Amino acid sequence: MTVVSDRTVDLREPGGWRRSKNRIATFVMWFAFVATLVPLVFVLYTVISKGIGAISWQFLSGSPIPPNIMPLGVGGMGPAVVGTLIITGFAALIAIPLGVLGAVYINEYGGKGWLAKFIAFMADVMTGVPSIVMGLFIFTIWVLHFGYSGLAGSFALACLMLPIVIRSTYEMLLLVPNQLREASYALGATKSRVTLTVVLPAAVGGIVSGALLAVARAAGETAPLFFTILTVEATNSNLFSGANTALSTQIFVNAQSPYVGAEARAWGAALTLVVISFLLMIIARVVTARFTKYTR
Amino acid sequence: MEQPEQEVVAQTVSTNLPKLETTVKAPSQTPGTAIFDVRNVSIYYGAFKAVTDVSLPVYENEVTAFIGSSGSGKSTVLRAFNRMNDLVTGARLDGELRYRGADLYAKDVSPAAVRRRIGMVFQKPNPFPKSIYDNVAYGPRINGTRNKGRLDEIVEKSLRGAALWDEVKNRLKQSGLALSGGQAQRLCIARTIAVEPDVVLMDEPASALDPIATLAIEDLIRTLKENYTIVIVTHNMQQATRVSDRTAFFSVLTDSKNDTRTGILVEYGATQQIFEDPEDSRTQAYVTGRMG
Amino acid sequence: MSAVTKADPATPAGSARPLSKARPLGDRAFALLALVAGLLVLVILVLIVVSTAQQSTSWFSTAGWSGIFSTVWNPATNQFGAMAFLFGTVIASLIAIIISVPVSVSIALLLTEVVPRRWSQPIVYVVDLLAVVPSVVWGLWGIIVFVPWVAPIYASIASGVKGIPVLDNLFGTPTAGASFFTAGLILAVMITPIITSLSREVIATVPQTDKEGAYALGATRWEMIRGAVWPHSQGGVVGAILVGLGRAMGETIAVALVMGSSAEVTSHLFAPGYAIAGVIVNQFPEASGEFRAALIGLGLLLFVITILINLTARGFVERSARRMRGTS
Repeated sequence: MTVVSDRTVDLREPGGWRRSKNRIATFVMWFAFVATLVPLVFVLYTVISKGIGAISWQFLSGSPIPPNIMPLGVGGMGPAVVGTLIITGFAALIAIPLGVLGAVYINEYGGKGWLAKFIAFMADVMTGVPSIVMGLFIFTIWVLHFGYSGLAGSFALACLMLPIVIRSTYEMLLLVPNQLREASYALGATKSRVTLTVVLPAAVGGIVSGALLAVARAAGETAPLFFTILTVEATNSNLFSGANTALSTQIFVNAQSPYVGAEARAWGAALTLVVISFLLMIIARVVTARFTKYTR
Repeated sequence: MEQPEQEVVAQTVSTNLPKLETTVKAPSQTPGTAIFDVRNVSIYYGAFKAVTDVSLPVYENEVTAFIGSSGSGKSTVLRAFNRMNDLVTGARLDGELRYRGADLYAKDVSPAAVRRRIGMVFQKPNPFPKSIYDNVAYGPRINGTRNKGRLDEIVEKSLRGAALWDEVKNRLKQSGLALSGGQAQRLCIARTIAVEPDVVLMDEPASALDPIATLAIEDLIRTLKENYTIVIVTHNMQQATRVSDRTAFFSVLTDSKNDTRTGILVEYGATQQIFEDPEDSRTQAYVTGRMG
Repeated sequence: MSAVTKADPATPAGSARPLSKARPLGDRAFALLALVAGLLVLVILVLIVVSTAQQSTSWFSTAGWSGIFSTVWNPATNQFGAMAFLFGTVIASLIAIIISVPVSVSIALLLTEVVPRRWSQPIVYVVDLLAVVPSVVWGLWGIIVFVPWVAPIYASIASGVKGIPVLDNLFGTPTAGASFFTAGLILAVMITPIITSLSREVIATVPQTDKEGAYALGATRWEMIRGAVWPHSQGGVVGAILVGLGRAMGETIAVALVMGSSAEVTSHLFAPGYAIAGVIVNQFPEASGEFRAALIGLGLLLFVITILINLTARGFVERSARRMRGTS
């Protein structure tokens, strides 16, 4: 025989003010997300709609960049595209190996020593140095002695990328299990061998994806290039001598010009730059998804 | 080296000892060369003395087991043989540890060179995230062997030696991570013998495996003994009786005055003798299960 | 393996090198290379200070402390006071922080507490997209689209608050599309991704047991966040906010385009202003001699400020991480 209780158990949500506060909080959080969508959609829509009209093979490869007063069909942004590619590419060539080696020092060689921790800390702080400072730095230390060049621009971008690559590589190296290192040591490998043949290959997916994001950031930077490459109109494929130009600096110059042609070129260049950055970001995501199963 | 093997069925020698279920072989009366000569070795991690005053010889082509409770220093001594303790900052060794007459801890000795002769298999299988082939070929490659034909030979020989060849010969390009626990451990053993070491150290090689895989590893150890010298740390006493010729029993020495603990070697002898007729009462207590 | 007697016990098969051999040269060279790469970070930071200080000595020596921080900036009369630009940088960045922080922290909480793992991907993508748009594109859009659109809005707000004491000072005339507030708004959008991702990292390390404990006591989600998440992560979130502040202060191009170019110290947020990074970029091409020294000196000033902010920020984050490691 069961005894049925007379009391009913109240399992409803907490009433009144508590429930409202919770609801409001959740609403505010979602509202914040939507609020960030607005400028993003707005900007992307504008860039795509205004830029797509300017894009053509002529635009991307034509040379030289015409004076601002010229309308859209004349000349093209070829020099800027080439400039962005070679300057950013060379910067990556400098910054990525040095950044990976620096992270290797901090994680594999530095141990618990104070120097490694200090370097790691300062690398983190260095990620916050404004890009304009890097531009001024290379201006004072290189351009004043050797003149404007794409190389100087690469140096400035490399200074910007270095701490980013160090930080992301360092985090990947931390994820590599210690047993792998032990197994390699036990087979008689020296420390450099262990690092090069086991640790770095195990972390390579994350390292590459972090490096790609650093490259994407550098490709879009203007200030470091502003003080180091000067903005010219003709293609200069010689990285090491002579002033150069890039998509970012070109956009900056054109943005301040009152002429319609210049503005159209600016939108076209902006779309090109945005597409490049997006592609790099997508490739980085793909690399993370497919090649980091061991260190995720 | 042929040794007359005497099969001795365990009998209760004293009423305190349990009837051993397994057959224990007695090693030859004359042991072969002493591969390792440990003399009064103490090992420190910084200020902490992990192991005190250990002396024992390890003989060629025998399986020597280190048994004892946790913290008694078995793994520490094992790792001293291939200088793996070097990887811990502040590790220090007092005393003398000789390998075939040469002082392992002499100033100009290269740890990497030591480890190419004295290999190690770990408790948890740790294959590299590479293919099975590349796992086994890793050691020979870093030793300079580049010839593809030669590497193929070495890989097959090592996988056969580890009793894994038949199971993986058609999928050598598959990732080493795809193997089951027992197979992965045999892969690690194949990887270790691929560099043709003199000695193979094993730190609880079967403790992370299921019972069937464990028996397979033990069979493998008995086969490997013919060509290598093996030192194995194990928590499993039955395992020690099944595979080893000689056994060293370690224990923890507590100094309540200074509140310190350190590991010491209590007794070392033929496995049969250690388990059936131990000389020290602490050994007796351990093997009969009175202690942990 | 065949029972081949090893010729020399100290030399194994497969290696010709004897037992005693010091650390090979290649190994040591690699270690050295790694060390040099690591030290490069410190070297660069030191060089930045040294070389920019060198190039700006003429400004420091002629202007002196009072000159440097005066509010008068007039290249024609060789007066280079930095106060107006410091003011501009700080105000625009503060506006950015005030707008961005609630949004960023809300999104971080959304991702860690509200949305289940599987559905968080799209939100993360949006935040990442925001981060990947180059700053010059924000500036281009800002000056060509946003500024003209927002100018009349400012004007109507200004006429609306005319006469009301505090509001008139803040939002009254003069107004312009390119102003402190516009720069602050665009900066807010640009720093949201970094504050969000750093806050997310911090909040994600709050021990699960604490959160479960709050729920087990019958707390609603908001109460759990206030009671269990916030106390643990507040230090780290403050650090994240400071990092965002540093970013905002250092941002150059977008600010240069949409802030206007009026070196005035004023309380009117809708009025044009000038930031340190903005003036450097806009006036550098024509500058020489002491003018240029002043601009480079401004760059050094900006460097010092952002370094200090970042040091403080990392300090907060480190402390919070250490405390949570202790409790988990």
